[in-house]
Amino acid sequence: MAPGKWTTSLSSIILCASLLLAGCADDPSDGGSSGDTIKVGVLHSLSGTMAISEVTVRDSELLAIEQVNAAGGVLGKKLEPVVEDGASDWPTFAEKAQKLISEDKVAATFGGWTSASRKAMLPVFERNKALLWYPVQYEGLESSPYIFYTGATTNQQIVPALDYLKEQGRKSIFLVGSDYVFPRTANKIIKAYAQANGMTVVGEEYTPLGNTEYSTIVNKLGQAKPDVVFNTLNGDSNVAFFKQLRSGGFTDKTMPTVSVSVAEEEVGGIGPENIAGHLVAWNYYQTTEGATNAEFVKAYKAKYGATKVTSDPMEAGYNAVKLWAAAATKAGSVDVEAVKKAAGGIALDLPEGKVTIDGENQHVFKTARIGLIQPDGQIKEVWNSGQPVKPDPYLKGYPWAAGLAS
Amino acid sequence: MGALNQLVIGASIGAVLLLASLGLTFTFGQMGVINMAHGEFIMAGAYTAFVLQPLFGSQAVVVALPAAFVVGGVLGLLLERLFIRRFYGRPLDTLLLTFGISLILQQVARDVFGAPNVQVTAPGWLTGGVDLAGVRMPYNRIFILVLAVGCVMLISVYLSRFRHGRRMRAVMQNRQLAAVSGVATGRVDQATFFIGSGLAGVAGVALTLIGPVGPTLGSAYIVDAFLVVVAGGLGQLRGAVIAAFALGVLNSYVEFWTANGASFAKVVVFAVIIGFLQFRPQGMFVLRSRALT
Repeated sequence: MAPGKWTTSLSSIILCASLLLAGCADDPSDGGSSGDTIKVGVLHSLSGTMAISEVTVRDSELLAIEQVNAAGGVLGKKLEPVVEDGASDWPTFAEKAQKLISEDKVAATFGGWTSASRKAMLPVFERNKALLWYPVQYEGLESSPYIFYTGATTNQQIVPALDYLKEQGRKSIFLVGSDYVFPRTANKIIKAYAQANGMTVVGEEYTPLGNTEYSTIVNKLGQAKPDVVFNTLNGDSNVAFFKQLRSGGFTDKTMPTVSVSVAEEEVGGIGPENIAGHLVAWNYYQTTEGATNAEFVKAYKAKYGATKVTSDPMEAGYNAVKLWAAAATKAGSVDVEAVKKAAGGIALDLPEGKVTIDGENQHVFKTARIGLIQPDGQIKEVWNSGQPVKPDPYLKGYPWAAGLAS
Repeated sequence: MGALNQLVIGASIGAVLLLASLGLTFTFGQMGVINMAHGEFIMAGAYTAFVLQPLFGSQAVVVALPAAFVVGGVLGLLLERLFIRRFYGRPLDTLLLTFGISLILQQVARDVFGAPNVQVTAPGWLTGGVDLAGVRMPYNRIFILVLAVGCVMLISVYLSRFRHGRRMRAVMQNRQLAAVSGVATGRVDQATFFIGSGLAGVAGVALTLIGPVGPTLGSAYIVDAFLVVVAGGLGQLRGAVIAAFALGVLNSYVEFWTANGASFAKVVVFAVIIGFLQFRPQGMFVLRSRALT
């Protein structure tokens, strides 16, 4: 027994190690580098609860990098993506960001989804004076000199959504969100808005990220009977929430919701039959009209499969790569300070329409759009702001928001 | 009515906890194996339903119940035969070993099925629910409750009426005495591991009805499952049943009565268990034994 014991446990260790190595084999970072390429980081959660959302953003960023390369690259050099997995874990994001900056010496990093991951990465990028392009709508009240925000800030998404609800006569709101910085800050803004606009917040509930037990919250919703539920859940908690809302006996008519982190990709995961008829607020839908979007959708499907969908954060990630490439080209260098200086005022025709970088706060002008989820999983636009809205991350243009920034 | 509703919700949370921990009651209870990979057998069961989905459509969940039992059971058997057998009597090493195996299984699932979570569509007759005197009972919750109760009944019949089951109990209660009485404890251990892990597979199928299926599905439940087993008493079926439902109901009421209760309920449940174990470190029910250990 005794000698066999050691050999088998040794062989099992080797087996384990080789399995682990096999898991890393598809990591493109081990490709090595040469002087003819510019390395850029792509840092998203490829595993864990946020993977449902972030994997597709990585895919669209890689598509944009491929397109930039096909058009000759940046400053005559090809871009070489270094992909890392943030694993839905905020310290991992910070760690991987540091690795991309100091080991891979990337010119810029495209990454993050949850605000918690951005907050974890922010000090890393500021300390190293490196650039992060963050592609997701968020809660505002931030403007780091080393981050470009290509997703919506609150006055381009949440505030227009509230305006829309007010216009529709929805007076009482129930807030449901994941328990981290974005939902909590967004709800603070929503409460300030509600107070100033004669709406009432009848409930506020947070659940841990990745939570799948929503029957108690559904029961509370049934008791409070709000006009609308404002949903800031992130990741696949949305799947559990909408399934359980439905099995709790509520429909889009009896318990309408508006979500700010549910796009085409998540609708597919939730199952359109569970969520059709509910509202979402974004700046881009796969159905958004325009030749640039038609091309983007076509290129994405050609690369990743005809059944794939495109969504707002994917588009914002795609935009980030294009905008950075344009800024670097204009600057004539990939140097961080030069790119930052050149970026202001850059305007490109992108899938959501014309996108301009606001040099002052490093956000972009975006058109706000409210959409209605269709039974086929696509989202139909029911309202838009008409023109791109100037980003106002600190909500300085809104008197009711005074005091929120502190 | 909201408060009454909450009792049903608590019972359904309890049923999920019970299913997830049922198998562990035996592998942990009988064999003293701290099997961290138990959660991954739950995950394997859930993916079994997902794999069967293209073949059986929305009825996959029903077909998956026996299939997942076999899948989980075979995985458990392999784990026992290949690894754990060599680690008996070394609980800390087993813990590390099974934890490593659970990580490997998660990565395998990630490589085979992809990192993003997937969905299993519930059969039509399990969507929706019924209102009974103002109390909402979703069909999928009733199904999970019935499944949990059914599993407990089957097991208790197996343990008391069948020869194999009685041997299992004998080994659980006193391994040495059972061995000298002619019970092949090694073989009984295999059977125990097969059944315990198979039950994890069944739990996985049940979980597809309430949430998404992903590589880390099991690790979300493993801590709760251990809590149930420890609070109920090792190897104690009725202890596990009572602990699971008590924790489920406690969780549901704390969440209901506190604003923003989801996180708070977890804190309270942990605190209550820690407090409880101060007074009864061996759990609700203790196996009476004359063994020196």
